[in-house]
Amino acid sequence: MSNILEVQNVVKQYGDYTALNNVSLQVPKGSIYGLLGPNGAGKTSLIRIINQITMPDSGVVFLDGEKLNPEHVKHIGYMPEERGLYKTMKVGEQCLYLAQLKGMPEAEAKKQLKYWFEKFEIQGWWDKKIQELSKGMAQKIQFIVTVLHQPKLLILDEPFSGFDPVNANLIKDEIIELNKKGTSVIFSTHRMESVEEMCDYIALIHKSNKLIEGKLDDVKRQHRTNIYQVGIITNNIEGLMVSLTQKFTIGQTNFKSLNDDLKLEVHLENHSSNELISMLTQFGQVTHFMEKIPTVNDIFIQTVSQ
Amino acid sequence: MSVLSLIIKREFIAKVRNKSFIVMTFLGPLLIVGMTFLIAYLSSVNKGDIKIVGVHDRANIFINDFKNSEDIKYVDLSNLPFDKAKDSASNAFEGLIYVPQVANVDELATKTTYISDDSPKMDFLMNLQKIIDTKLNKENLKKLGFDAEKIENAKIKSEVQFAKFSGEDGLKFLNEIKIGIGFAFGYLIMMFIIIYGNMVMRSVIEEKTNRIIEIIISSVKPFQLMMGKIIGTSLAGILQFLIWIVLGVILIFSLSAVLGGQQEAVTTAQVSVEQAEVAMSFVEKLQLYINEIPVFTIVISFVIFFIGGYFLYSSFYAAIGAAVDSETDSQQFLMPIIMPLMLAVYVGFLTVMNDPNGTVAVIFSLVPLTSPIVMLMRIPFGVPLWQIALSVVLLYGTFIFVVWFAAKIYRVGILMYGKKPSWKELYKWLKY
Repeated sequence: MSNILEVQNVVKQYGDYTALNNVSLQVPKGSIYGLLGPNGAGKTSLIRIINQITMPDSGVVFLDGEKLNPEHVKHIGYMPEERGLYKTMKVGEQCLYLAQLKGMPEAEAKKQLKYWFEKFEIQGWWDKKIQELSKGMAQKIQFIVTVLHQPKLLILDEPFSGFDPVNANLIKDEIIELNKKGTSVIFSTHRMESVEEMCDYIALIHKSNKLIEGKLDDVKRQHRTNIYQVGIITNNIEGLMVSLTQKFTIGQTNFKSLNDDLKLEVHLENHSSNELISMLTQFGQVTHFMEKIPTVNDIFIQTVSQ
Repeated sequence: MSVLSLIIKREFIAKVRNKSFIVMTFLGPLLIVGMTFLIAYLSSVNKGDIKIVGVHDRANIFINDFKNSEDIKYVDLSNLPFDKAKDSASNAFEGLIYVPQVANVDELATKTTYISDDSPKMDFLMNLQKIIDTKLNKENLKKLGFDAEKIENAKIKSEVQFAKFSGEDGLKFLNEIKIGIGFAFGYLIMMFIIIYGNMVMRSVIEEKTNRIIEIIISSVKPFQLMMGKIIGTSLAGILQFLIWIVLGVILIFSLSAVLGGQQEAVTTAQVSVEQAEVAMSFVEKLQLYINEIPVFTIVISFVIFFIGGYFLYSSFYAAIGAAVDSETDSQQFLMPIIMPLMLAVYVGFLTVMNDPNGTVAVIFSLVPLTSPIVMLMRIPFGVPLWQIALSVVLLYGTFIFVVWFAAKIYRVGILMYGKKPSWKELYKWLKY
């Protein structure tokens, strides 16, 4: 699979401060890609370079195999973290203006706009000014403006901050639909848990450096802890404990359960899960057995503290 | 449509649709006309006051020389004792002219006193002194045995005529008219720069506070956005000027139609040939004046200097707008911009009036920050072409440099939220 976006050895400095230190990324075509990291890690700096708002000090960026050039703004839809619209401009005119700035012909923009207005059932808003709309309504327009010109690559910086839950869901669904139609999507956020379920690829950025990049499942596999959460109903707790500690490391844990069971966290060490499960069954009825999969947050903290 | 023209169009429409623009365009001239009338009315009210001044002149030396005028009446109090005269004058009159009794009339030149609690008006005092001078002069001449009247008749009042080496007739008050024209244009440029420069700044700040800026510059270059803003706003300003000119022309035509109609009625009634001749010669005179003033040069250079000056300054305004978060923060940066403009107007006023081709005037008309104003003030007096050319080259050269510099600040500033930068930081941005 080819990459929609390739960032190669990008360096960006602001005065003495290094915002991006030799960062490289590969965003596969058709993927939903999470650019994750805490505030100030350099995510927005990188996104601004991809959007050609700023230039890298060194390094190159390729969009769909071509070196980044001004023509490419047509193919990128960008929703920045700091976003808004002209308050005193009418909705319709504003959408048309922004689409035309992206190089879309007026007639084509009108057609697309009609599609989205019908989809969101907001046909009556054309002549309203943004300041007459509620915040939630304005957010819908904000999204339409981002995707109106049918970009190949959608870049959303902190997409769900400021959106109310209803709109956030609506937009999530729209993004997934666009992705299914072939649009590649980059999410950038510091709230790693918020995009985990949607992303197929992630990159972790911390203090201007890229720490990890890859398919989400691969990354998780690499960081698997070999810890299993176990629930068991047994009369012989002592015997169980003695047997377990001979082979495994045991810890306390808690999870939701309908049974009045013993809840344990077991580190497999060098043994297999089958060994664990057969040992458990000797002592009682197993009610819960699950590998503890690290969240992206866990992986991040683990990597940073290493 | 190109991106730049899209931006220009949007900025233009946004400005023109603005309510304050519409109000200013149509109410502005009305306000100016209204103010003029108000001032005229107030000064006429002021004129209507008649001041009464008492005169105590026991020796009857000047009493016949004080002639009542439109706004001053003299009342002879010489028959009263001085103290009484003083009392009644202080109660009822504006003041009292006291002419003491002296042995030698010459002493009156310094001993005549005007008693009043209010300081006298300048022209009143001058008139009083003139009356005393004339009278005493006459007396002295008489004493010396001259016939004062003959001498008076022998006096000559000269009126120097103006001419040019080319043989044309010169014109009086030409200098004053040139000063008037120069200042009108210089002032116009200053006002336009301040008003529309501020508009550019506000529209940059608006994009920052609306948080739309990053969306826009992910589609267009910041430089294009800045230039589009400057050009679009200036077009709105030019439209405003055009509307004012059209309104003015309509006003003049309709006024002259009304007045001309009356004039015609009068002439047909009285058939005053003389009046017609006067009117004819006035039109001819006007023609002469217009011939004397380099109208073409003025108009062309107005356009050139206007564009150069406006672009130069509004780039500064755009950079400031980008650097700050709100208009209140902009004050510290605006000072250095307003200063050269004010300086240009005052220096222009003081030096150009004195000597349009003096060193100071020439220097200020070459320095780019002041040249648009000072050069326009000089042009009606005739400026060597090389100076105009040099000034234009310097202005546009600086303009290119300033736009480059402003664009750098603009580019960084529009993405900086929530802090008020210092001068030092602005300098750092230049290197980003």
